[in-house]
Amino acid sequence: MIQEVITRVTELFEANEISGFIGLTQRHGHVCPHLFTTKDELKTLVLGDLDRPGQARYPLDKILVHLARAHPDKTFGLLVRGCDQRGLNTLFVWNQVKKEQVVPVGIACPAELAQACECAKPYPDQYVAGEAVDGMSFAKVQDIEAKDITERFDYWMQEFDKCIKCFGCRDVCPVCFCKECSLENNELILTGTIPPANPAFHLTRAVHMAGRCIDCGLCEEACPAGIPLRTLYKKVGQIMGEDFDYPTGFVDDRKSPLNIAR
Amino acid sequence: MDYRTILTTCTYCGCGCNFFLEVMDGQLIGTLPCKTSPTNEGKLCIKGWNVHEFVQSPKRLTKPLLRKNGELTEVTWDEALTVTAEKMRQITDEHGADSLAFLASAKVTNEENYLLQKWARAGVGTNNIDHCARL
Repeated sequence: MIQEVITRVTELFEANEISGFIGLTQRHGHVCPHLFTTKDELKTLVLGDLDRPGQARYPLDKILVHLARAHPDKTFGLLVRGCDQRGLNTLFVWNQVKKEQVVPVGIACPAELAQACECAKPYPDQYVAGEAVDGMSFAKVQDIEAKDITERFDYWMQEFDKCIKCFGCRDVCPVCFCKECSLENNELILTGTIPPANPAFHLTRAVHMAGRCIDCGLCEEACPAGIPLRTLYKKVGQIMGEDFDYPTGFVDDRKSPLNIAR
Repeated sequence: MDYRTILTTCTYCGCGCNFFLEVMDGQLIGTLPCKTSPTNEGKLCIKGWNVHEFVQSPKRLTKPLLRKNGELTEVTWDEALTVTAEKMRQITDEHGADSLAFLASAKVTNEENYLLQKWARAGVGTNNIDHCARL
């Protein structure tokens, strides 16, 4: 699988189509995000699979935004899974990165990872390695919806109260790019308390994820308290798709109906 | 065009969480928790997430300060260490070694903590040694 990726990126370097490739490498026994600047370096490329597939995924989209902004004349190759592709699409919609500044190099996720993520589309539009498996249904969302409303509210309040307010869910998020964050606005949410003002803190973030969250799951993986954030935002995404005809991440040319400035 | 991630250990407390400092064109731009670290498994607290901010903060102390006539004044390391050594000697001469106490830190290495207790016990001659987590 990795060889196909290396071959494709080597072609891009040789054709001078990219100045650098944003991917993963392995150093000191750890998987690290890395900017490859020569084709020779690619022999150290890894896909983040250690004991299990996709164990070490990083917000590569976010690194692209930093680099593309600092170097507007350059084009970058980017390692993308299905989720990264959805992230890219959303970043295009929000004018955070220009389409001409990125060449995605896709990989399809194996069934094990797709299942663990309950991913709706575990492969990007175009991919050079892996075999596409079908999208999964959101079983965890269904489990929670099966609870009655009081039980469901108690469940979420209990989860939210575990929050230590590290802001990791926001900091790792590839589509959290606001310069001013509502979560730090004292007039909206009482700051300086732990646990945060709940459910205001987590529901504010959930609402802000409408038309943004592309279900990569990095927030849940970063949460030291183990709050099932991905399940919460999956529901947000489901509402956006079903009720607002906006399948977030699958659209790259229009903002969601909730986000159009009037 | 330069972007690199530097694997390092958090200096805030004794847990030893690993993260990558993101360096772009010579400037620290972010922190990413290390997913493969057995200590923190891709998670961090709020202090760890913001560690890149203090490194380049203009508010950071870069020189020793000595209070002269009630005013904090920048001095050389030589002067700061000389004044400290003289005061410590004066205190131990007048009141004995147990009139001093030493506070080690979770933010430094094991070896540095070892050196501090060794110096307190064998050098100065007191068992008054503790760590910042007791504060």
